[in-house]
Amino acid sequence: MTTPVVQVASLVKRFGDFAAVDDVSFDIERGEIFGILGPNGSGKTTTIRMLCGLMSPTSGTATVAGADIARDPDRVKSRIGYMSQSFGLYRDLTVDENLEFYAGVYELGARKTERIAWGKREMRLEEIGPRLAGVLSGGQRQRLALACAMMHAPEVVFLDEPTAGVDPAARRLFWTIIRERAADGVTMIVTTHYMDEAERFDRLVFLSRGRRMALGTPAEVKAQFGSHLSLEDIFVQLQEKES
Amino acid sequence: MNRERLHAMVRKEFVQMFRDPATLRLVLLVPLMQMLIFGYAIRTDVRNLPTVAFDQSRTQESRELVQRLTATGNFVLRSHAESYEDAIHEVDAGRARAAFVIPESYARDLKRGRPAAVQVLVDASDPSSSASAIGAAQMVGQQLNVEIVQRRTGTDMASRLPVDVRVRPLYNPSLRSAVFVVPGIIGMILSNILILLTAMSLVRERETGTLEQLIVTPLARSEIMLGKIAPYVLVGYVQMTTVLIAGHLIFAVPMRGPLLALYAVTFLFITANLGMGLFISTLGRTQAAVTQSAIFILLPNVLLSGFMFPREAMPPLAQAMGALLPLTYYLQIVRGILLKGVGMAELWPQALALAFFAVAFFTFSTQRFHKTLE
Repeated sequence: MTTPVVQVASLVKRFGDFAAVDDVSFDIERGEIFGILGPNGSGKTTTIRMLCGLMSPTSGTATVAGADIARDPDRVKSRIGYMSQSFGLYRDLTVDENLEFYAGVYELGARKTERIAWGKREMRLEEIGPRLAGVLSGGQRQRLALACAMMHAPEVVFLDEPTAGVDPAARRLFWTIIRERAADGVTMIVTTHYMDEAERFDRLVFLSRGRRMALGTPAEVKAQFGSHLSLEDIFVQLQEKES
Repeated sequence: MNRERLHAMVRKEFVQMFRDPATLRLVLLVPLMQMLIFGYAIRTDVRNLPTVAFDQSRTQESRELVQRLTATGNFVLRSHAESYEDAIHEVDAGRARAAFVIPESYARDLKRGRPAAVQVLVDASDPSSSASAIGAAQMVGQQLNVEIVQRRTGTDMASRLPVDVRVRPLYNPSLRSAVFVVPGIIGMILSNILILLTAMSLVRERETGTLEQLIVTPLARSEIMLGKIAPYVLVGYVQMTTVLIAGHLIFAVPMRGPLLALYAVTFLFITANLGMGLFISTLGRTQAAVTQSAIFILLPNVLLSGFMFPREAMPPLAQAMGALLPLTYYLQIVRGILLKGVGMAELWPQALALAFFAVAFFTFSTQRFHKTLE
């Protein structure tokens, strides 16, 4: 058994008296498609922000791609890719210019041309290089964002609500790409609201009020809450318990 | 600080700048427009006040008096009134800004050696525009007195006056407003446009969510910040050079002092302003909010720096506030170098003040900017 690429142990993040993340633990294996699920305010975003090295935990530890998130956030940043919920690229730059910018940001040097070509090929962007990012369709934007986030061949990629507002055909293509990347050995960590997408995860963690409610493969989670329920039902139940 | 990452930031910033017509207009056209508007429109030396004359004397003497008054260039005779009320009415209605009232006995009194009273009414609702007209009218009166007494007594009065004050205007002998105003425009444009551009460009990254994407990369915060503002140093120099050349060609603004020193000190000034822009960008999360905050610096810049109104005339509080603006010191430098032809030997205290502001604003804003990223 290899060492998990992400190890989260008793992670806590408090804002004053409020515990946004409360004693959460899980491991993620290399090449897994791992889901972080939960209603709004469940601690998903705070967890991701800590794992990306943007926020230090109040207590507990986590390592991502071999780097400690609290002690070495800069190393974490150079080994992960992050795709934010809102389109975080420059709309007034072309597809090629956005890719070149991120190639520079990740200091690719001589590998730049090769990696940009890789990104355009793998993300199905080859036809639209000279187009402004602002005029792309939702699916194209999302693939461009993933290409930029993976420009430096990271070991772990975080995708925050990646398929929000994207049409079904583009969503399907995006999931194909995510599976291709995972097959290459890249760990894909995804948050989503779409319950039909939850079935696509290799494993997932359910968070509610900052606490871990369930962890495992979709089948294991269903079993845990009674197998007659779908994941969507479980999600709704958790949300109702919250309010 | 990593060269490749910083280079990527700077390059991206330039591509975005050249792609945005609004920014380009702001960078290139606004300085020229402001120079033309201020250069032609700001006239503190108000001349050619439209004037109505109520001449009851109707003699050669009274006509000579009117002629001497209009010859100063401060008054232009527009009409003759038939009564005192008529003359006042013309001024009330705004058709005239000055009135000459010459009594019927004017020529007679002169001949008999009695004091001849003449009234010059000036609309002084705008003090700065009426001051030179009032001065000119008094001057004409004095000159006439000297000449008349001289003719009567047959002596050379002028050489026997106990005090002879001779004024020689330095640096701008023809007293043209544009010569004073245009160098100031360099400072005002650099300051206001750079503050706005930096604040906007930083807050735009925050507003559109691109900053969120940037901070998850290995880009250091200092690289994000420097990469974003470095292009504006170049913008500042382009604007300065544009106004300098256009001001020289259009308004014959002199360039008497060391231009190299001016360009060197300008770097300190630009840095101080970029620091202020950075600070303003941390005051709000949207471009609209930041524009409103910017007014609080842009307005004092125009009003308290000495750009439009002389600081000497301001109350102590306003002077103290003006002393906190880098523009105040830069104006003294740019006017000193261009108009007086002095160099760093005279202007080092102002340069030192700018260096202080550059370091202080920049350090403070950088820290604040870093905090807002967390």
